[in-house]
Amino acid sequence: MDTTIQIGGEAGQGIVTIGDTLAKVFSRHGVHVFTSQDYESRIRGGHNLYRIRLSEQPVQAIRERIDILVALDAESIHQHSRELVDHGFALYDGETLKRTVTDERFLDIPLVRLARQEGGSPIMANTVAIGAVLGIMRFSAVAMAQTLEKTFQHRGAEVVASNLKAAQAGYEFAQSHCPLCSFVLAPPAAGRLLIDGASAIGLGAIASGLKFYAAYPMTPSTGVMTYIASHAKELGIVVEQAEDEISAINMVLGASFAGVRSMTCSSGGGFALMVEGLSLAAMTETPVVIGLGMRPGPATGFPTRTEQGDLLFALHAGHGEFPRVLFAPGTPEQAFYLTNKAFDLAEKYQIPALILFDQYLADSLVTCDRLDFGKLCPQDSRLRDDPASDSGTYRRYAFTPSGVSPMAVPGNGPGLVVADSDEHDQDGHIVEDGQTRIQMTNKRLMRKLPLLRQEISPPELLGDPTAEIVLVGWGSTYGPLTEAWREFSGRSVALLHFSQLSPFPGTQTFDYIRLLRQAKHTVCVENNATGQFARLVQAETGFTFHHQIHRYDGRPFTVDGLVGEIHDVLERI
Amino acid sequence: MTFLSAFEGQTPAWCPGCGNFAILRAFQQAMAELDWQPHQFLIVSGIGQAGKFPHYLRCHTFNGLHGRTLPVATGIRLVNSRLPVFCSAGDGDCYGEGGNHLLAAIRRNINVKLLVHDNQVYGLTKGQASPTSAAGTASKTQPFGDLSQPLNPMALAVAMDASFVARGFSGNLEQLQGLIMEAAKHQGFALIDILQPCVSFNKVNTYEWYRQRVVPLEPGYDPTDRLAAFARALEFDDKIPTGVLYRHQHPTFEEQVSVSRQGPLAVQPFDRAKAEVLLADFL
Repeated sequence: MDTTIQIGGEAGQGIVTIGDTLAKVFSRHGVHVFTSQDYESRIRGGHNLYRIRLSEQPVQAIRERIDILVALDAESIHQHSRELVDHGFALYDGETLKRTVTDERFLDIPLVRLARQEGGSPIMANTVAIGAVLGIMRFSAVAMAQTLEKTFQHRGAEVVASNLKAAQAGYEFAQSHCPLCSFVLAPPAAGRLLIDGASAIGLGAIASGLKFYAAYPMTPSTGVMTYIASHAKELGIVVEQAEDEISAINMVLGASFAGVRSMTCSSGGGFALMVEGLSLAAMTETPVVIGLGMRPGPATGFPTRTEQGDLLFALHAGHGEFPRVLFAPGTPEQAFYLTNKAFDLAEKYQIPALILFDQYLADSLVTCDRLDFGKLCPQDSRLRDDPASDSGTYRRYAFTPSGVSPMAVPGNGPGLVVADSDEHDQDGHIVEDGQTRIQMTNKRLMRKLPLLRQEISPPELLGDPTAEIVLVGWGSTYGPLTEAWREFSGRSVALLHFSQLSPFPGTQTFDYIRLLRQAKHTVCVENNATGQFARLVQAETGFTFHHQIHRYDGRPFTVDGLVGEIHDVLERI
Repeated sequence: MTFLSAFEGQTPAWCPGCGNFAILRAFQQAMAELDWQPHQFLIVSGIGQAGKFPHYLRCHTFNGLHGRTLPVATGIRLVNSRLPVFCSAGDGDCYGEGGNHLLAAIRRNINVKLLVHDNQVYGLTKGQASPTSAAGTASKTQPFGDLSQPLNPMALAVAMDASFVARGFSGNLEQLQGLIMEAAKHQGFALIDILQPCVSFNKVNTYEWYRQRVVPLEPGYDPTDRLAAFARALEFDDKIPTGVLYRHQHPTFEEQVSVSRQGPLAVQPFDRAKAEVLLADFL
C-alpha cells in the first residue's frame, strides 16, 4: 500500500484538524505516515492543501498522485481531479458547494447536514469528513473512535460524544455509498510516534534542559515556540515573546549569561535582525542555540512556503571571525538529536549553534519508531560554585590550552563574572593592545576550531560506496532523496546526505570526497536556485559536482518529481 | 559596612571633567551605603561612554551591544530574580538605538534600574546630535541643524505609567546618590535620567547651563499624582525639575512569571524524566 490522501479547502475550514487527526489515527494503528502542508499567507479564504501519505513501509516525502481527495471547496474539485488516480475517490459536499460532479470517482456526501443531524453543529462537518475517509478505506472504526476521544477529551464528555456520532455518520455513509475499495491495509502494528520538525526541535530543546526561550513569532519557526510554551509551566521554562528579534537574541544571551540553557528561533528576516547578537554571543563566549526556519526570500518573500535559501547566509552571518556550529536536520528524528547536540556543543565550547530547518521540515508530520532520551547528552559545562573559592579570583576569559575558559554563573559567591563585547583581557575588561587581541582571537577561534571539528559527524551514506552515480543533498531534502534513491535500486546509485555543516565535516573517519571523486556522476540536489551547498563543498573541499538539480518555486521536492529530474540528468549522460 | 574601595575598578578613560565621574562616585557611594557587596548586583551596559561604566567599578558585568542593555537585563532577571540588575546606558544608546526596548521594559515593568547618562550629545562618536539634543543643534553630521524635536524621556515614562521615574544631575552628587538608592530599593522598573555635561562636545548644555536651571522638586511634591507628574515632566526650559517625578507601585514582571517566582532557574534542577513524559503527546 502507498496511499495519498489530500484535503483541499480554504484557510479557516479546518483542513489541518482533519489532516492531523487522520494522521494520528493511522500512526497509532502502526501505519507509516508522512504529511505535508501547503498554505497561503492568510487566515481565511484562499486555497490550502494538506497531504497525508500512508504505507506499511517508512515514507518520508509526498507523491504527486492522489488516491483520496477531500474537496472542501470548489477549487479543490477543479484543481485536483486531474491528480486523482483512476481507482481513487473524492469526497465533496454537493449541498454546501451547490454543485454536482458527474465523475464517478466523486462521492457527494452531505458533510454539513450530517454534522448538524448527528453532532448537533455544522462545525462538526470536519469530523464527518474524517469518518468518511476512514469509511471509504474500511479502516478500523475502533481506532477512529480512540483517536477522536483523545483529541477531544480536554473539551469534555459531551464534545467527545457528539464528535463520535458525527464521525460514525460519515463513516457509515461512505461505507454504504462507496463500492468496496482497493485500499488494503496490513493488520495493526504497535503505534508509532508521529512528530513534526518544529515540535521535534522543541522537544529536543526541552530534553536538553532548556530553561529560557525568547522569540518573536515568524512563520515557519513559530511552531517551535508554540510547542515549548505549551509545556513551559510543567517543565520550569520561561518563554517570553520579545518586542523584536533583536531583543529576543539579547534576552537569550542575558539568560544564558545568568546560567541557563537558552534558545531563540526565527525565519530569515528575523534572523537577519539577530545577526549583531550572534556576533555578540561569539565575542562574549556566551552559549546560545538559534533555530532558523527558512522560507523563500528575499525580504518577506513567500512567507508560508519552503526553500533552502539561507545556508550561506547562516554560515556567514555575523561580523568578525568566530567558530559556530550549524546543523541542518533531514527529518524530525534527526532534528530531535541534533538539537540536543547543538545545546551540548554550544555550551561545551561557549559558542553559538544554529539549527537550519525550513517550512517543509517544520510542518511535516512523520512517523518514527522511537526518540531515545538515553542517547542524549546531559552534560552541564558551567561552573556552578563560587568561581573564586579556590584562587580568590575568577577570570571569565582565562587562557587555557583548549581555548575554553571556565564559565561561571554570576550570583554564586564573591567571584565576579565580567563579559564584554569589546576586546578584553582575561578578566573581561576592555583592552586596546594588539598582543591581547591576538591571544584572545587564538583562544576564541583558533584553538577551539580544531577541537570542534572533531565533534562533527561525516555525512550519511546510503548504498554502495563505489557507486557510479552519487546523489548528494543536505537538510530537509533527506526524505525525497532517500525515496528517490530507492527507486534507482537497479542501478549503481548511492546517496550522501549532510546534516552537520559547520565546521565542515572532515574526512578522517569517512573519506566522502574520495567517494565523490571516484564516482562517474555526482548530482547535488537542493531546494534553492543557485546551489549554495554545491558552492560550499567547492569552497571547503575543491570538489565540483557534475550535475545539479534545483527547485525554487517555494514547494518541496516530491518523490515522483525528483525521480523524473534525476532520470533527465542520467539520460543526458 | 562595605568600603568604597571595594568598588574601584579600572581607571576611567573619560575626558577630564566629564559628568560621568560624578555618576560613578554617586553609584559607588550608594552601593556602599546600601551595604551591597560587588558580587551582589549586576550591571548591563551598552556602547558609548556610559557603556564603560561597569569596567570602572567592580561588579558582575555584561557589557553588550549598543542599544540592547534592557533585553539582556530582562533575560537575566527572568532567570535569576534574586540578583539586582542595573543598566548603564547613554541617551543615544537607550533613547535612540534601543528605543523600542525602553517601551517594552516599561510595559513589562521588569525589575531593572536603568541609569541613563544623558548629555544631550553623542560623545564616543564625537559630537553628533542625540535624541535629547535641542531642535536645531548643528553638528558635523547635521550641518544645517537637527530637524527633529528632542525626546522628553520623563514625559514618555510618565505617559506610559512607568513604575519609577526620576531625574538627577551629575552636579548634585548627594541627590543623585539618594535617587540611585531609592531606585535600588524600588520593586519595579526604574528610570533615572541623569543630566550630565559633556565637556568635550556639548558647548551649550554645560555645568553652568544646567546649574542655572535644575531645581529639586519641592518638599511635599506628591510623586503618585500622575497628571501632576506629567505637567512637571514637561518642564525643560528655564526650570528643570530633579528628583522622583513619578512613582506607581505595580506588580513586577518577574513576580507574574510563576517559574521565575520559584527562585533562580539556574539552580532549579532539570528532571529529564519529566521531559520524557512529553513523548506520550506524539503517540
